[in-house]
Order: sequence, then structure tokens, then C-alpha cells
Amino acid sequence: MQTDRGVTAEKEFQPKIIAFCCNWCSYAGADLAGSGRLSYSADVKIIRVPCSCRINPMFILRAFQKGADGVILAGCHPGDCHYSTGNYFTRRRMTLLFSMLDYMGIEKERTRVEWISAAEGAKFSATMNEFAGEIKKLGRSKRLGDLRCR
Amino acid sequence: MQMIAEKIKEKIKELTENGKISRVMGWKKGLYGYDSEPFVFENGDLRDFTYDAFSGANLCKYMIAQSKNDGDGKILVLLKPCDTWGFELLDKEHRIKRENIYALGIPCGGMVDIEKIKKSGVKGITEISEKEDTLILKTMYGEKEVNKKDYLLDKCLVCSSKEYKDCDELFMTDLCGDTAEYDRFEEVEKLEKLSSSEKFEFWRSQLEKCIRCNACRNVCPACSCVKCVFDNDNSGVAAKANANDFEENLFHIIRAFHVCGRCVDCGECSRVCPQNIPLHLLNRKYIKDIKELYGDEDEAALLTFTTEDKEPSVVYERGKNNV
Ligand code: SF4
Ligand code: SF4
Repeated sequence: MQTDRGVTAEKEFQPKIIAFCCNWCSYAGADLAGSGRLSYSADVKIIRVPCSCRINPMFILRAFQKGADGVILAGCHPGDCHYSTGNYFTRRRMTLLFSMLDYMGIEKERTRVEWISAAEGAKFSATMNEFAGEIKKLGRSKRLGDLRCR
Repeated sequence: MQMIAEKIKEKIKELTENGKISRVMGWKKGLYGYDSEPFVFENGDLRDFTYDAFSGANLCKYMIAQSKNDGDGKILVLLKPCDTWGFELLDKEHRIKRENIYALGIPCGGMVDIEKIKKSGVKGITEISEKEDTLILKTMYGEKEVNKKDYLLDKCLVCSSKEYKDCDELFMTDLCGDTAEYDRFEEVEKLEKLSSSEKFEFWRSQLEKCIRCNACRNVCPACSCVKCVFDNDNSGVAAKANANDFEENLFHIIRAFHVCGRCVDCGECSRVCPQNIPLHLLNRKYIKDIKELYGDEDEAALLTFTTEDKEPSVVYERGKNNV
């Protein structure tokens, strides 16, 4: 790439990462990370959902279709769900869905579920940084995605 | 089989005369003897009734529409062992009006896959008849006899049991023949062992054949929503051919996921696919995962949970040794 200084440099790959965060825990965790001045990767785009269990497999596939390179779900710790049992359902659903993606040859590192409470700002930022790093290593999602949306 | 078909006809007549049933959901003879199809026989007219080696179609899903009207009297439905599993599911999920149905369990000794016969090089079939385990193929180029057992449907080769569920009556079911030849998870295991890119290649080569006819969805007893996501115009994937790789994947991942935990492994989806995509390999993967992760539960796996369930990260750990 030609930069204004006239130096040729490889354009760095900027992954697109979608983080579905539950309103009660992980989204508040992100807030806490913010107010605690803990930074996390700017590649992570947060989508707030009422509960991790609101996330339907379609959402995840859609994110990949529209160009996401990684999708992470963050919700309250099992047992702490604001709606009592939502995240237990999430856990089963996502385990089976991720296993299927893996079975179909889609890199399993591109999807992840993490439990992050409202008090865990540090965990939020560390998790997102680590996930973003991993996706960066994996590169662009080519196996699951719609070229027309790029 | 002919003998069984005749006996079933007699049974139907008897039930009709006793006023127990008003219609029959069965199979109708096709033009060539290998294309029998689901049909509702009314007014006691059983002229084209057949039950032969090509009656593989599962009739249970037709019961959703057929059992709706209370005024029509009872409809008799003929069910092979594997058909009854889907029937039980429809009943459990309140998709059918069970009180308007008379379910008759009938014997099955395995059903034949005409595609396999055609693939073996037999051309121009004009008629097929059966004599015990032999199929007599009349073709434009002469007659040929083949062993039925060599051409069974894939689903019959992994038949897991001849157990009948939710039937009102069992008829001659002691005549069931054993057809299972290998374990139903064998193929899934083979695929699991491949590397990620091999798996990807395999599924790409299969799914790219899909023409989105929706037959796999329509035939499935677990797929019985009144309005399906794939009929929702806002979804962007409704009622149209897949536009690209992504939409192919999307359709298949979601189709399999929506029946995950409820799929009865009847094998109908693969049987009806005009493109011969092994859809059962997707559903069976879920069945296998559920067995391994959650054990045998009575309830559909995704409708329940335990507080000790495994974390989604098991998927990564499990696959670590094959990249
Ligand atoms: S039956 Fe086969 S071709 Fe038709 S939509 Fe299903 S997988 Fe695609
Ligand atoms: S997904 Fe296939 S095997 Fe499972 S119940 Fe539906 S048609 Fe039968």
C-alpha cells in the first residue's frame, strides 16, 4: 500500500468481531471495563441482547454472512442469569451448534462463549483482547461468509 | 410382500365394515412398480393399493392435514416401525389430532432404493415384481432377477429396531425382517476424524448440489412448524434457490439445528433428496453429540438442561488432535 510517506507497507488485517453481550452481566462488564479505563480491541463490536439465550443460531450465521471473522457470546455465569435459566439453554445450544460448525469444517476457533459478570471488567477486556488476537491470527473468515457483503 | 399387502387389504375392509375408519392413508401403485406413492383411499376403493418393496415413504406427516377435521371420521394410517417414531413425535408435540387417527403397525423387511438399482446399470425398467427376497426386473432389454437385500435404502441398513410406538393395533408384525448391517454412527465417526479442511471440502461438495427444493424439510416429521423460517420473506432466504455457498450452509445448518434433539432418525430427509445429499449425516451428528454430552434423556435435548452441562469449550478440546 502506498502511504503518504511514500513507504510501501502491507495493509494490516483488521478483523471484524461481533460480541453479543447480555444486558445484565456482560454488557455491564463492558461498561465497567470502560469506566476502569481498561482497553479492549477496537475490532470488537458489541451488540447488546436481553439475555444470552436470546441469541438464535441465525444471528451468529448472519454475523458471519455480513463479514464477521469471529463471533463471541458473553452472558452471565451459569446460575446467575437474570431470567434464572436462560444461559443454561444457551450453553446447550451453542455447544451443539459449535460442534456442528466444526463438523462442517468451519474453524471452531471463530466462535466462543464466555461467562462474564457485571463485576468482571478486567475479564471482559482480557477475553476480548485474547479473542481478537486469535481471530487476527486466523485471518479472514473465508469458509463461512458472503462475498457480496464484503 | 404381496401376501402381506393382500392381508392388509382384508384388514382394511374389516375395519371399514366395522365403521372404525372412513379413509385409508396408504401407498398407491405407480406406473412401473417401483414408484408407489402416498395416497388417501376413500370410499373403500382399494384398487390401486399396494404395499411393496418401494413403499419406503413415511406416511405419518400427512396426518397433520388429514386428521384436522373432526367430521371426517377416522383415517387409518399404515406405519412401518421407523414411521411410528415420527408419528409418536407428532402426537407428543400435538401436531396431529390423535383421536381422528387409527394407527396400524405393519411389518417391514426393508425397503428398496430404486436409485441403487438404476446405478447398478439396469436400464429401461418397465415393471418390477417380487418373489420373497427376489426382485424380478422386467426391462426393455429383458428380464433380470436381483436380491432385494443388496439394494435396500440406506436408512434400512442402519435400522435400529423394529419397535412400534403409539399404534392402535399391530398387524402381523412378527413378520418383520432384520435389515441392519452397520452401526448408524459409523459414517459420522469417519467424518469426525477428517481434518477441518477435508470436512469443509466434503460438505462443500455435497451441499453445493442442493437445489433448495425444500423436500427434506417438507417430509420431516420433526419439521412441522406452521410457518417455517424458510418461508419468512424477511429472512432473505425464503422460497428461493441458494444464491451462494453461504446460503447453502445457512439452510443446512439451520434445518438440522431446528430438528436437533427431536430428529427421530427416520432417514426420510436423505431418501427424498433429489440430489442425494446425505442429510442424515448432519442430524446423526447431533444425535451422537447429544448422546455423548447429555446421555439419554426423555425430553428433547434443547428443551431442557442440567446445571452440570459441559461448557461449549468441549468442542475445542475434543477436536484438538485433528486440525
Ligand atoms: S431435499 Fe436435497 S436438494 Fe432439496 S432442499 Fe433438501 S438438501 Fe436441498
Ligand atoms: S431430520 Fe431427517 S431423519 Fe430426522 S426426523 Fe427429519 S426426516 Fe427424519
